[in-house]
Formats: sequence, structure tokens, C-alpha cells
Amino acid sequence: MKYFHLVWAALMRHKTRTLFTMLSVLAAFLLFGMLDSVRTAFADAGHSVSGASQLLTMSKLGLGQQLPLSLQSRIETVPGVTAVAYVNWFGGIYQDPKNFFPNEAVSENYFSVQDAVVLPPDQVRKFQSTRDGAVVGAALARKFGWKIGDQIPLQATIWPQKNGSNAWTFTLVGIFTARHASEKGIENAMFFRWKYFDEARQFGNGNVGWYQERIANPDQASRVISAIDAISANSDHETKTETANAFTASFISQFANIGLIVAGIMAAVFFTLILLTGNTMAQAVRERVPELAVLKTIGFSNRSVLGLVLTESVLLVVIGGVIGMLLSMVVVGGVKAALGQTLPMADVGGSIWGLAIVLMVIIGLVVGVLPALHGMRLKIVDALAGR
Amino acid sequence: MNAAVAEVRDTKASSGTSQPLVQIRGLSKTYIRGKQKLEVLHHIDLDIARGDFFALMGPSGSGKTTLLNLIGGLDSPTDGSLAVDGKRIDKMGEGQLARWRAGNVGFVFQFYNLMPALSAQKNVELPLLLTKLSGAKRRKNAAIALQLVGLADRASHKPGELSGGQQQRVAIARAIVSDPTLLVCDEPTGDLDRQSAEEVLTLLQRLNREHGKTIVMVTHDPKAAEYASHTLHLDKGTLVEHQGARGE
Ligand SMILES: Nc1ncnc2c1ncn2[C@@H]1O[C@H](COP(=O)(O)OP(=O)(O)O)[C@@H](O)[C@H]1O
Ligand SMILES: [Mg+2]
Repeated sequence: MKYFHLVWAALMRHKTRTLFTMLSVLAAFLLFGMLDSVRTAFADAGHSVSGASQLLTMSKLGLGQQLPLSLQSRIETVPGVTAVAYVNWFGGIYQDPKNFFPNEAVSENYFSVQDAVVLPPDQVRKFQSTRDGAVVGAALARKFGWKIGDQIPLQATIWPQKNGSNAWTFTLVGIFTARHASEKGIENAMFFRWKYFDEARQFGNGNVGWYQERIANPDQASRVISAIDAISANSDHETKTETANAFTASFISQFANIGLIVAGIMAAVFFTLILLTGNTMAQAVRERVPELAVLKTIGFSNRSVLGLVLTESVLLVVIGGVIGMLLSMVVVGGVKAALGQTLPMADVGGSIWGLAIVLMVIIGLVVGVLPALHGMRLKIVDALAGR
Repeated sequence: MNAAVAEVRDTKASSGTSQPLVQIRGLSKTYIRGKQKLEVLHHIDLDIARGDFFALMGPSGSGKTTLLNLIGGLDSPTDGSLAVDGKRIDKMGEGQLARWRAGNVGFVFQFYNLMPALSAQKNVELPLLLTKLSGAKRRKNAAIALQLVGLADRASHKPGELSGGQQQRVAIARAIVSDPTLLVCDEPTGDLDRQSAEEVLTLLQRLNREHGKTIVMVTHDPKAAEYASHTLHLDKGTLVEHQGARGE
């Protein structure tokens, strides 16, 4: 690439302008890296079942449908399943809706299935023996200054008590931490005893929101999934069993079409980027008309001039884009650590990078094509005379 | 035809071959702008001998630049024939002309037209990018050309860090670096003070005499024309013979 220094010199001609243009490209691809990580996580969820040691079983009709408690003992008989817990989403509010955190009613054996949390054994026992016992994550306890022994009031949004009251109170008996730094998000959750919840709630008694299974051999996940779902086949409560990641994805998909949202945002962002960068490139080439004319005078072919300008615009986008993508890897890593399972995000890896590079090149070409054609079609004598 | 025929021969340089380097016959150039047709050059006949230092004078708008651009292969004539070193460049297409220019002509402009972001050295290397020369050979040849114009010590300077005269000498180094037979200069001293102009003209003269470059120079300035071995005047697109032609 003996022409490379020409392209580089062209970019460095207006350092500030180049820098700001690259920053906007960077911002666009940072956003792309993050959003596409979410989109990929949702798209991939359910496709890769091997390697999962935890499964979730919900009603085929969706999370809004409950499943009978009687399923627990039947799922336990499936070979390869070592423990079966069950959960109901409670959706209670602490003082103010903006204090949102996940709170769920869970079975007594929940902590032997949910391996994302670490709860000291004595606190597990306390949880199992306290009627209105609840445990919270360390982050949540810190946030509200809760200590063991505190009474925590929650306002129900779905489940009133038998007397019609929405006011529930729990006794804090344990504080858990996340097992892995990458799953810190779970420290914002609260779990309390399903038995207490089921006895006190007004309706739905004897049913659970979903089952959570632990399996012996992750490599057999797909066989176990089929076996669990076979139990309820053709019943009035057919089930859909998934890995934990896929479950979170379908949980969020209830509320939004992630692929469409991501595509919409990115279309708007890239459209703006093309206008902005296209304008910069047009200006950069307009200023350099005499220089391009000199190159042609010296004997550079029309095609070389076209190539030089296109290379310049592609390089402009690729440099900004690559930095943006590298940043997105860092940010996605950080967000995953902070949110844990709350929002599924795929690592910014090969397929996202591949798509990003293709986009960079396409945007670079789109942005450069008009200025490049302008440069290529310059009439030397007119350009030299400033006409 | 009222076109003046100018036969200019340089006795000492034409010894090898009798054919003139530039041979122009019945050359016309018409510009069409919208509905307007403007004939800028009328039926020009002109020979420029190999090794000549030829000055073209004339009032502003008389068509000097137009003629020079045609000789340098930057534009094509509307009518007539134009041969340089036996090659009919009036018959060449755009791509062919570009290749021809790269190997045969060096250009010097009034406003130097250097690349502002490149060092003197890199500016001079530009034409060599189109050759098959290695990077090392390109650097070496450019250094030699800079040395020839007396600017070896300014190789790493950007044009903005050089005076007008120095920039024009860099431009001359760029014009000669690929060793073309023909140098085409459009008012090369038009933007320079007297002293710098004299340096540039002396340099051109030296390139003509010692290195055998054939030079065609457009100038306003009679003092500049004195450096040339022949001078012709262009008036409203027609060549007129003039007393300015000096024998030596
Ligand atoms: N590309 C062009 N389009 C239209 N008119 C032109 C063009 N180039 C030159 N002219 C006209 O031709 C005439 C001669 O121009 P030029 O050769 O630049 O003169 P000179 O160099 O002698 O001042 C001028 O009237 C100029 O306006
Ligand atoms: Mg002129």
C-alpha cells in the first residue's frame, strides 16, 4: 500500500474535524456493539442448550400461566434431574415503584438448585424454618440498610392476601452474595418462602409460576428437556423447558420485540451517521479539489483517485468503528457483571464483530462514493483554474 | 487562414534528430459553456525543437494556459493535430493521456500546487508512486531531485514551512523527478518576488542547458522571457511572431 500515506495525510489535514467525525462513528459502533450483544443473546437463547446445568420449566402458554405443584415430584423422577425447585414471581413494591427489584416466592430447596447465589448454611436452615422468612442479596441490603431480623413490608401488585390486603410483611433471615463476579446482578433480588405465600394468597393456590431444575450432566440437557416436557404432553398444562439464559430471554420478550427495537435504533443511528460523515467527506474532498487535480496532472488515473477517496472514507469509519467496538466489549463485560442474569447479553465476539466490520465497510463506501465520484470526474484544467 | 506560422528551431539541440519535439498543426480549441461557444485558440501551427527553452507571452485571456495545457496533455484539442516526440497525443483518451503525462511531462504551476500535508520529500516522490520503483529507490531519486534544486536540507519541511521561492523549487523537483523530456510551466514566477523569480528562472535555464530538458513556459513578465531562448506571443488565440525571439 504505497498510497497509504496519501490517504493518511488527507485524514490528518484537519485533525479536529477528523477526530470529531471519528468520535461520532465511535459512539455509533459502541451503541451497536452493546445493542447487538443483547439482540444476539435473545436470538441465540434456546439454540445452545449444552453446557447448562440449570433448566427452567414454564407453561407452554407463557409465564402468565401457572403450573400445578404436583409436577414437582414427577419432574424429580426424570433421569438426570437432581433437584427441582419452584418459584412464583411476586412483583411486590418496596415503598415506591421506583425502588424496583425482583422478588420471588421460592420453594425451601431453592438454594440447592440456584447455584448463582451463596447463602451460609445456617441462614438456609433459618430460611427453611421461619414461616415468613426472606433472604435478600447483599447489594439490596446495603441499598436499603436492611439487617437480619428486620421486617420488610412489600406492597403486592399481583397477589393480594386472603383478606384482600396488598400489604405483606417478611422477616429478613439471611443475606446472600453472588457466586461469580459476572453475576453480581442477582444481589439485587429478594426471595421468600413459597409456603407462606401460598397459604396467604387469595387465589392461585397450589400452583407455581415455573420450575427450576438442576441436572447432573450438562451435556444431557437436551435429552432432559425433552423428557420433562414429555410429562405434560397433551395435558391442559403443557410445558416448555429451557436453559436459564433462554428463560430470561423469553421472560423479557413478553414485553418487547428485541430484534425489532435494536434494528430500529441502529437504523436511526446509522442513518444519522451516514449524513454526518457523508457531509464531512464531501467537505474534505471539496477543499482538496486542487490537490486531486494535481494528482491527476501527475498521471494518477481516475480510478486511483476514486480509490484514494473511498479508502479515506472507509478508513475514517473503520478506525472510529473499531475503537467503538473495543469499547463496547469493555462496557458489555461491565454491564454483564453488574446486571447478571437480569438482562441477557452475549459477549461481543466473532459474529458481532463480523457484522460490525461489514457495516463499517458499507457505511464507509456509501459515505465516500459521491465525493469519490466528484474527485474522479474533476476536469483537471477547470480544477487548476479554480472553475 | 490568418494563423501565424512559427517555426522555431534550436540549432544546437536538433543535431540528433531533425524532428521537432512538439509539432502542432491547425490546432483549435473551443469551449462550450451552456449555449455559448468560445473559440479560444484559432488554427495554431507551431513547432518546438528538442532542447528548446520556449517562452509564450501574451495578454491575459489570450489562451496561453489553454495552449500550454494542450501541449502538456491535460486537455484535448477541438481540432487539428498535436504530436509530442512523435506521439499523437490529440488522439489519446483520458486514461492513455494520464499514463503519457506520467512518463513524459513535468508540470510547474504559478501557485506551486504542492500537497500541504506532505513533506517536500514526499511531494517530490509523488510521481514516482506511479512507477515500479522500490521505496528505497523512490526516496533516493527524490533526494537527488531536491539536491538539484538546492533544497536537500529542507526535505522534511512541509510546504507551509517554506518560502514561495522554495515551494516553487520543490515543485520543480517534483516535475523533473521522473526525468520527463518536456517541462511545462504556467507563470512559474507569477507569484514570486524578483529575487526568488530569478532563482527559479536560473534553475529552469540550468535544467534546459545542462540536463537537456525542453521547456515551454508561459509568462507575463518580459524579464522572465529573457531567460528563454525563444519567445512567441499569443494574441486572442492566434500566434504572432515577435522581436523577442533571441538567437544565441
Ligand atoms: N474551461 C473553460 N471553459 C470556458 N472558458 C474557458 C475555459 N478555459 C479557458 N477559458 C476561456 O478561454 C480564454 C483563455 O483562457 P486562458 O487560456 O486561461 O488565458 P491566459 O492563460 O492567456 O490568461 C479566457 O477567456 C477564458 O475565460
Ligand atoms: Mg493563464
